[in-house]
Amino acid sequence: MRDWPLWEVFVRSRRGLSHVHVGSLHAPDAEMALRNARDLYTRRQEGISLWVVPAAQIVASSPDEREPFFDPAADKIYRHPTFYDVPEGVEHL
Amino acid sequence: MSAHLDYVLALADDALVSAQRTSWWISRAPQLEEDVALANIALDQLGQARALLAHAGRLEDAGRGEDELAYLRDEREFHNVKLVERPQADFGVAVARLLLVATWQYELYAALVDSTDAMLAAVAGKAVKEVAYHLDHARQWTLRLGDGTAESARRMQAAVDAEWPYLEELFEPVDPGLLDAGIAVDPTRLRPAVLLRLEQVLAEAALTVPTTGPAVGGGRRGLHTEHLGYLLAEMQHLHRSHPEATW
Repeated sequence: MRDWPLWEVFVRSRRGLSHVHVGSLHAPDAEMALRNARDLYTRRQEGISLWVVPAAQIVASSPDEREPFFDPAADKIYRHPTFYDVPEGVEHL
Repeated sequence: MSAHLDYVLALADDALVSAQRTSWWISRAPQLEEDVALANIALDQLGQARALLAHAGRLEDAGRGEDELAYLRDEREFHNVKLVERPQADFGVAVARLLLVATWQYELYAALVDSTDAMLAAVAGKAVKEVAYHLDHARQWTLRLGDGTAESARRMQAAVDAEWPYLEELFEPVDPGLLDAGIAVDPTRLRPAVLLRLEQVLAEAALTVPTTGPAVGGGRRGLHTEHLGYLLAEMQHLHRSHPEATW
């Protein structure tokens, strides 16, 4: 039981539109992972839907790649809608 | 004591003693995740016991509430079946016990929803959802251990064999007056559905349905195994030593 795989848990709250990552747990298989998730992460009515994903199946960006991955977006202010002036009197925009 | 009160106390004590035994696993389960799962189940059982004991106290109308009934009765005044009171220090035994108890409680509460005792019906309505999950949890483990390794199969079969003789006590008839009044569910009527479900789970888990005869009953009349006294000593000593203690 010590080598149970790790699972990542996602919960959708009653009002939430999407599942949100809440943590991880150990379980021998997918069915038990779902039940453990219910017991660990929805004890206080946190959600109405659960996803469990094998942690090994998640492909993550590496901290080493942070600069090339994310820094170039920093100075592209024209990607934000607030960059553009809305001309006076324009409706339905 | 009235038959009505006896009946409610019996169901309350089954839940209370189960809760005490299940909670023994807190900090002892094979994984943290299972620790929390069993703690949740024990808390469900305790919640059922509290509601039923409070109801019993009102039926008795002698000034005893849930605490007095839980902590100040002696062994002979407890009406639980022997199934729930014996130690369960082996994980397989804990799983087999939960499978038997939850299967029976599921059928019981599903039928008690229609009781003419409105309080019993309300408790049953809430509890039936809880025990459906307990049953699922026990079933999942029974399947994995029964149909797992040679070692787990051997131990799971031994656990089922050890618990099975205590199943029959759950089906002891109750006072016919309670059935006429629509208060109680006839335990003998629950037997086919309980056995069918258990046999299905055991077959699916590649386990054998034991053919051993029933153990000696008596729990409903206050005649218990030697183990209940020790359980009550541990459960009650704080309240008895410090009657007004709160936290």
